[in-house]
Amino acid sequence: MGTINVSGKDIEVDEEGYLVNRSDWTEAVGTEMAKIDNCDLTQNHWEVINFLREYYDEYQIAPAVRVLTKAIGKKLGADKGNSKYLYELFPYGPAKQACKYAGLPKPTGCV
Amino acid sequence: MADFQTPALREYPIIPLLHEGTMAHSRPFVAKPEHQASVGFPGELVENWEQKAVDKLGELVSKSRALQVFLDSCVKCGACTDKCHYYLGTEDPKNMPVARQDLLRSVYRRYFTFAGKYFPKLVGARDMTKDVLDEWYTYFHQCSQCRRCSVFCPYGIDTAEISMAARDVMDHVGLGQKYSNEIIGKLHKIGNNLGLPEPALRDTLEGLEEDVKDETGVDVKFPLDVKGADILLITPSADFFAEPHIDGLIGYAKVFHAAGASWTISSYASEAANFSMFIGSHDNLRKVALRIRKAALDLGVKRIIFGECGHAWRVAYSFLNTLAGPFEFLDPKYPVPQHICEYTYDLIQRGKLNFDKSANDNLVVTFHDSCNVSRASRMGDMPGGQFKIPREVIKACVNNFHDMAPDTINESTYCCGGGGGLLTDDLMELRVKGAMPRMQALKEVVDEHGVNHVAAICAICKSQYTKVLPYYKFEMDMIGSVHGLVSKAIRLNPVND
Repeated sequence: MGTINVSGKDIEVDEEGYLVNRSDWTEAVGTEMAKIDNCDLTQNHWEVINFLREYYDEYQIAPAVRVLTKAIGKKLGADKGNSKYLYELFPYGPAKQACKYAGLPKPTGCV
Repeated sequence: MADFQTPALREYPIIPLLHEGTMAHSRPFVAKPEHQASVGFPGELVENWEQKAVDKLGELVSKSRALQVFLDSCVKCGACTDKCHYYLGTEDPKNMPVARQDLLRSVYRRYFTFAGKYFPKLVGARDMTKDVLDEWYTYFHQCSQCRRCSVFCPYGIDTAEISMAARDVMDHVGLGQKYSNEIIGKLHKIGNNLGLPEPALRDTLEGLEEDVKDETGVDVKFPLDVKGADILLITPSADFFAEPHIDGLIGYAKVFHAAGASWTISSYASEAANFSMFIGSHDNLRKVALRIRKAALDLGVKRIIFGECGHAWRVAYSFLNTLAGPFEFLDPKYPVPQHICEYTYDLIQRGKLNFDKSANDNLVVTFHDSCNVSRASRMGDMPGGQFKIPREVIKACVNNFHDMAPDTINESTYCCGGGGGLLTDDLMELRVKGAMPRMQALKEVVDEHGVNHVAAICAICKSQYTKVLPYYKFEMDMIGSVHGLVSKAIRLNPVND
């Protein structure tokens, strides 16, 4: 357990840096988490993060990688609708890394 | 990439020199009280835990003749020492199977043998102390319970059983592993390891129907909770979520479609995996297995077929009937349960499937035998069916196939490095190093035969490869599902009947 400091406020995160309370999330929190991983969030990152948050609100789970790539392909063009593109944005794995910045729990299981 | 050295792949495999303590720092995250509670264990180290651990060990030994024999019969011949992928990859002597067993055996000896009770120092017997417990936690989470060592042990000592017992003892005194216990808790609550609720599962499956329709023009269905279906498919939830797993799921659906089969997935039992085996917990093992029975009864199916999941097939093939049987309500004409590879193989044998192998002509394929399928189960009705059947399914779908070296496949297969509840980011160093022997064998067929694709039938293997391949300078998408190859090659003619 630890905390990260965002605009003067301490926010609780778990051992791997995922938010403990999902309601603590703000864009600034996502940006700070990415900064800790030496990752600058661009508009392209935010497209993914925002989609994850919308999907999570509806289904209480992150989308399958395939669902994510399809949605991003529709939004940003077919050349970006593949996991290679997502891995370029989130080299630690789109499901896990993007979920972290989106304030969602880490996907568990054989993934 | 993390701060450790990826082992070098050599011209030929070597037995490394010992480097004591190289992995002494490796410890997976400890389960939180709520994770422990969800699987029925105390939240933190209990009072008087030393005695309770010894009592639990005594109980396990008294209940399992096998465990007692494994603890009593080692003669320290050394046959196992160079057979563990974690030893070969980490060079830490405590990862030699005999040394790992002795972490627990020394405690067993102290409390349950005459010599250990009265002359502990003479026989290397140790008290149950905090140092010992910490060592257990470290090194019993460096065993993927792959059972390769047991193949080479002249007494057949099964380190996996010892590692499961150690984890069970630790859980009972309040020291659990976060990764496995959180997942089992989720399965109890939601029905799968991912925590994928029914609406999300339905949405994913509908999306797949659209995708397959776009790709093939054929209405291949992915039915969910269909009462009265003939076949219940139990598959790892990674098949609904991860790449390349999902290509395998698409393959199963196409096979069912081509066969004109009536089948369904269950949202209640939407998981083949049963991590309870990894933590040696019989109560959890049974509770998870009973979900499958309930789903089969509720949906009124005639057959149960398992998707591509290694340890699930061990639980299914070897334990399902005793855990959740008898399955007298299923159709006795079919094996209970059946593996998807057996199902596809049978259709191929009967000429019921059409393939265009050239669809996979961009690939030169090898097959990774998964530990639990290879060494703890079987397929079909012939010895070695678990090796032959997946390969025959692959060969029906591809023109180019080469096996890896004989001492690294079939019953001698090397673990992918992520099995047994170790597929977690906090063990990445161990996973990368433990993959070395497998990667070494892979490199040989890559260099000699131009292999560019590994097919597997285990969700853990597929995820582990995706993660570790890049450390060894291979492309991460080199790994695929066996039924992903089927999916590419199968021709979907209209169903005849």
